[in-house]
Amino acid sequence: MKTYNLKHLQELEAESIFVIREVFAQFQNPAILFSGGKDSILLTHLAKKAFSPAKIPFPLVHIDTGHNFPETIEFRDNLVEKLGCKLIVGSVQESIDKGRVQEETGINASRNALQTTTLLDTIEQYEFDACMGGARRDEEKARAKERFFSHRDDFGQWNPKNQRPELWNLFNGRKNMGEHFRVFPISNWTEMDVWQYILAENIELPSLYFAHEREVFWKNNTWISVGPHVQMKPTDQAVKKQVRYRTCGDMPITGAVESDADSLEKIIMEVATTRTTERGSRADDKRSETAMEDRKKQGYF
Amino acid sequence: MEKNNYLDMELLRFTTAGSVDDGKSTLIGRLLYDSKAIFEDQLEQVKGSSERKGLEHVDLSLLTDGLKDEREQGITIDVAYRYFATPKRKFIIADTPGHIQYTRNMVTGASTANVALILVDARKGVIEQTYRHSYIASLLQIPHIIVCVNKMDLVDYSEEEYLKVVKQYESFASKLETKDVRFIPISALHGDNVVNRSEKMNWYNGSTLMHNLETIHIGSDENHTDARFPVQTVIRPHSDAYHDFRGYAGRIDGGIYRIGDEVLVQPSGLTSKVKEIYRGEESLAEAYAPMSVTMTLEDDIDVSRGNVITKQNNQPEALKEVSIMACWFNEKPMNSSMKYVIRHGTSEVLGKVQEVVYKMDISTLTRNSEDKGIGLNDIFKAKIRVSQPLLCDPYFRNRRTGSLIIVDETSNETVAAGMIA
Repeated sequence: MKTYNLKHLQELEAESIFVIREVFAQFQNPAILFSGGKDSILLTHLAKKAFSPAKIPFPLVHIDTGHNFPETIEFRDNLVEKLGCKLIVGSVQESIDKGRVQEETGINASRNALQTTTLLDTIEQYEFDACMGGARRDEEKARAKERFFSHRDDFGQWNPKNQRPELWNLFNGRKNMGEHFRVFPISNWTEMDVWQYILAENIELPSLYFAHEREVFWKNNTWISVGPHVQMKPTDQAVKKQVRYRTCGDMPITGAVESDADSLEKIIMEVATTRTTERGSRADDKRSETAMEDRKKQGYF
Repeated sequence: MEKNNYLDMELLRFTTAGSVDDGKSTLIGRLLYDSKAIFEDQLEQVKGSSERKGLEHVDLSLLTDGLKDEREQGITIDVAYRYFATPKRKFIIADTPGHIQYTRNMVTGASTANVALILVDARKGVIEQTYRHSYIASLLQIPHIIVCVNKMDLVDYSEEEYLKVVKQYESFASKLETKDVRFIPISALHGDNVVNRSEKMNWYNGSTLMHNLETIHIGSDENHTDARFPVQTVIRPHSDAYHDFRGYAGRIDGGIYRIGDEVLVQPSGLTSKVKEIYRGEESLAEAYAPMSVTMTLEDDIDVSRGNVITKQNNQPEALKEVSIMACWFNEKPMNSSMKYVIRHGTSEVLGKVQEVVYKMDISTLTRNSEDKGIGLNDIFKAKIRVSQPLLCDPYFRNRRTGSLIIVDETSNETVAAGMIA
């Protein structure tokens, strides 16, 4: 007898596509926040499936810190061309030049926190009323409490204590003028799900995710790439290592892991046996125990 | 993990409810830890926090407390979602607080669950909270309840004590609508019968909690009988290649659709046949709940968001007066003279609460027909009247087409959830 059961990846896919279509139906001017990382690439892939054979009806918005890996930018531009959708870039450098934010100084300086201002400015400038992101609940403990449809007040802030209850498949996107929503269609995916789906669907990724040789140095318990915008102390020693990245953040703060995984199959084997979280090599999450919650309240991704 | 095994996994969603000291967080921590879903850096963080609190053991419950206030106060305020997987299934836990003031969070967590885990302290037996949690699970039509009789280590792993709890629970379970109720004696702290079989309770012949979670039959939890396809949006590519393409995008809430099937669109009553079914670019011969697909029809008829594509011989009822069981979510009490927005499926209408039939006292499971003031966390039966007919199924037939939410137009907040009787 034939059984009518969805497997878990199919069910996750169906749920995410439903959420993306709800965004299209409930909002006037939605966008996809695109970082060039695997999660936003997955999100974009699901959006394509949701509206096929039409084009993705949203622009991709990239908040460019100016500290990205060149591989990420190249990948982004190729993808946008292939999909035929619009790209909007919000520049942190511009926010600095306009005096909207001040650059951090010192050896651990990063532009991570500055992105929030640029993001909120970009949302205001283009009047986006819903921004979809590739955040997942399994990434971080503050994100475990995030809704699919997450309401932001007119200052772009998140109030974790006053979140709307979310039941069944009923998403409430009603809001007042000036407010907006962040929507997270892949909330229920885990890192393993993302990789398995990327393999099953043969989704293209930036080369950073695959093992490659790179000049790196050891800083804050991880391998940081040598390159522009990366500050090294005189005592830091650059070495050549076979590495890959588990997330694509800014070059100065995203650590690489030593790895020989140069194919999707090998990456999945590695993910299955690895014993640290993927954000474990991100300096931005290590600033304090509530680093993510604090940034999210202010309007971070 | 084998690639093919992984692709063959099912998804099970379960909910837990509990308060500070009944061991719920410890049980979840245990499931995550024993299934290796906890990473070293997470464990290090929890070890650090346990030491700072002056604890001797690693407090696994700290793994599940997300927000700053929750960690400071040692309580769970909101629904938190947790994930783990075994080679057989992927699990999503909706972890909710257990105190009566968080009833709305429990209802939220229960709305999508296949299984409810109910924790009972073996020393205390069935208490008011047990009634409440079980009633909510039954109200939300969670198909399976697993009662974990916890802290067996503190009653010397005694079968007699365990059976006492089982008997107590069974005597009230007859009031529940849930047909599948199972019992397992466990110690979350020591891991007895959670993932590994206990060596201290040889009198127990059943299987462990994990084995139950891995094998409980969830295939028939979806409704594959009543064809329901609520249209979310219409896809019109406006490109040369797809000039006349008109695809109806949505998620199938019930039934099976095949190419050539005769369909009827509600509320217009227009009929046609299924021409094509797509999942992304892939063309399918058939599709079923809960798939997200795009359908085209043979005839060029008017179909838009809020319409439901159904079949001739099996229709939802179009109702302007709807009887619901509901839970009120908001600090602002219900106002029967106010118009609310009702969201049901992909349609949104205006509605008013016409009558509160009774309020449920969920601590005693008795009905109160006298006091009809509805406020935060109240569970009640009501009649609502709506501006446009809703295409309804009873909630027990279909949890998606049988549910609705009530939104306050002035604050835009979701103030209640309702289940159609």
